[in-house]
Amino acid sequence: MCCWVCYLARVRLPALLLLTLAACAPPAPRAPLLRWGGDAEGGAPFVEADLSAPATVRGFDVDIAGMIAAGLGRRAQFTQVAWASIEPSVDRGDFDVGMSGVEDRPALRERYAVSLPYFEFRQVLAVRAADTARYRTLADLHDQRVGTLGGTGAYRLLLDAQTTHHLVPVSYDDDVHPYTDLTAGRVEAVLLDHVLAERALRRSSGFVIQPTTIALGHYVAVFAKRNAALRDSTDAVLRARMADGSLERTFRAWAVWDDAQARYQARVLTTPHSASGTSLAMPGTSALPPSQWSALVAYLPALLRGALLTLCISAAAMLVAVVLGSMIAAGRVYGSALTRTLLSGYVEVVRGTPVLLQLFVLYYGLSDVIRLPALLAAILGLGLNYAAYESEIYRAALEGIARAQLEAARTLGLSEWQIFRLVRGPQAARGALAPMTNDFVALLKDSSLVSVITVVELTKQTAIYATNVGSWAVPGALCAVLYLALSLPLSRAARRLEVRWSAR
Amino acid sequence: MTLAAGAPALVIDGLHLSRDQCDVLRGVSITLAAGEVCALMGVSGAGKSTILRAAVALEPFDAGRVRVGDVELRAGPVPKESELRAFRRHIGMVFQQHALFSHLTVRENITLAPVHAAGVSQREADATARRLLESLGVAHRADAYPSQVSGGEAQRVAIARALALDPQVLLLDEPTAALDPARRGALAESLRLLAQGGRGLLITTHDLEFAKEVADRVIVLAAGVVVEEGAARQVLEAPQHEATRALLA
Repeated sequence: MCCWVCYLARVRLPALLLLTLAACAPPAPRAPLLRWGGDAEGGAPFVEADLSAPATVRGFDVDIAGMIAAGLGRRAQFTQVAWASIEPSVDRGDFDVGMSGVEDRPALRERYAVSLPYFEFRQVLAVRAADTARYRTLADLHDQRVGTLGGTGAYRLLLDAQTTHHLVPVSYDDDVHPYTDLTAGRVEAVLLDHVLAERALRRSSGFVIQPTTIALGHYVAVFAKRNAALRDSTDAVLRARMADGSLERTFRAWAVWDDAQARYQARVLTTPHSASGTSLAMPGTSALPPSQWSALVAYLPALLRGALLTLCISAAAMLVAVVLGSMIAAGRVYGSALTRTLLSGYVEVVRGTPVLLQLFVLYYGLSDVIRLPALLAAILGLGLNYAAYESEIYRAALEGIARAQLEAARTLGLSEWQIFRLVRGPQAARGALAPMTNDFVALLKDSSLVSVITVVELTKQTAIYATNVGSWAVPGALCAVLYLALSLPLSRAARRLEVRWSAR
Repeated sequence: MTLAAGAPALVIDGLHLSRDQCDVLRGVSITLAAGEVCALMGVSGAGKSTILRAAVALEPFDAGRVRVGDVELRAGPVPKESELRAFRRHIGMVFQQHALFSHLTVRENITLAPVHAAGVSQREADATARRLLESLGVAHRADAYPSQVSGGEAQRVAIARALALDPQVLLLDEPTAALDPARRGALAESLRLLAQGGRGLLITTHDLEFAKEVADRVIVLAAGVVVEEGAARQVLEAPQHEATRALLA
């Protein structure tokens, strides 16, 4: 007891007093903010939500942002932003600086002010243990599927290798599923930076990381062009923290420090820096940024293929939705009480949950039971989802047919099936045409969601294009034009058919 | 199918029907002879349309029976359509709002049942449709859609459709409801011709003039029972029952 009082008097009380004083004291003039954006979904060691205080973030990018802010006499304030949107958001002024494993590349430097690269990473191949001897380099992966995170330098490397080595790049929206699909046998290898690869290896086993460095890359902080002065002061802070060992301590704390990193920092510190920031071009990628025009010419075929894929997926999914939707509607109108309950249960569950979740469950969730190819999973996922909506349209249309028509058909001696096929169905189809067209147009756009299960359709292709040229303006406009080119003729055809039918 | 004139084409015997604990029909018996036109009259709610619906197996009834040719409907739930095939061949119905299939042309409306329910060839069904439309004076509308024809034409098409399977009994629910008086006479004439061919016609109507023109016999219904029946002129010119007099007033 006595000890406790002593402890309180010696240690706790002064601390409590200090805290109370601090709370009562007039607020000191607060330092200006350095707003920085990153993606906590990227996770450790970059940026992750702190499990003990989920509202705050931690990671080496968080620590470096804090260092930069302190060096500039500012306070760091974090803004959550999707990784693919870091660059356009910094351009919009949502925050002053973007950091979250942002990769240095020529197109980025063309459109943004880019900091001194503060970390050097290696692009490495991960393969199943059994394939260690077989797949050592990209050249070994002829005709094989190789996964990576879409929009990254690794993805660009794979796209280049598509022509040089005939491998098949598979784009993922996160860095977890490439590795689970690798162990599941859906891809033969994964190309990503060594930080992500080593993290994946800590999470699961069943694959190895090949020692060969496929390419080198660098993480940078990105600023809007108009903020070049802020970038320059940031570079000075980064150099100072490299020189005084703070960066090394941070990287050690997050277990990403190695000899290669030490050699890289030594090289940076001995290189005289220019005012426009140090440019360390990535080996293995072209040093010259493509112009808007040549980028358009280069990406147009890919966009057109994406549009064709979008159309095919949508048409096939709609076919599934129409056939299944008709069956559900017929079951709900004609079926027994049990059938009706089961079917309305299906409709409510499917309509009440996000299609994105359904796609995930179908592709990844069920992969232990049934391993669907991505394209089939996409068509089935969208088709099963839209079937619920279609069934409601058809049910309403079927129930909208006047009772007298059905009774007249009965008095003529037609069977229930004949009445459905010859009288009720065809008239309901006319009533359902307009909402169906509407749904198909919606499906064309919803099909962009299938990129989460590695299908590179029009929107994903556009995102890749936009990331590589560092702007959404031209790719976005082109993408919109292609979607309209798909949906407008359909709307017009449906309208014409509707007019023809309503004339009767 | 033609019966000898005077033979019973439709027998409704002791029909009881209640709905929502309310007695709609309380023991109605009607016998319709082949070649006879019978008008079923009464104020709204007297149960006229319900009799037709029960007689054509669209509505279940609680007691009594309905007999068409050699097929009999009994009290209880309406049988499945598969069990009613023979019954449906013998009795046709023309609905008050015509109930034409809006997605089919006039010709297709008429040939639908012969081709799909009776297995008649399309060519034969087309020939029958043409003949029926000609006899009813609407042959020129064969390729029109229901939304493109007038109310009077739609009714003729509905009659032609009901006749396409050559039933011995034809039920018509308020056929003059949408007709102007000038057309009424023409309709009465067409229906009389049908009866002369040996069919029995049971027609619900509010229209006294039409009833006089078309019917051999008038049956007056009040609160679910037959209160008066007899030759058309006799009932309509010298009504005995209060309900009949109220109709004439």
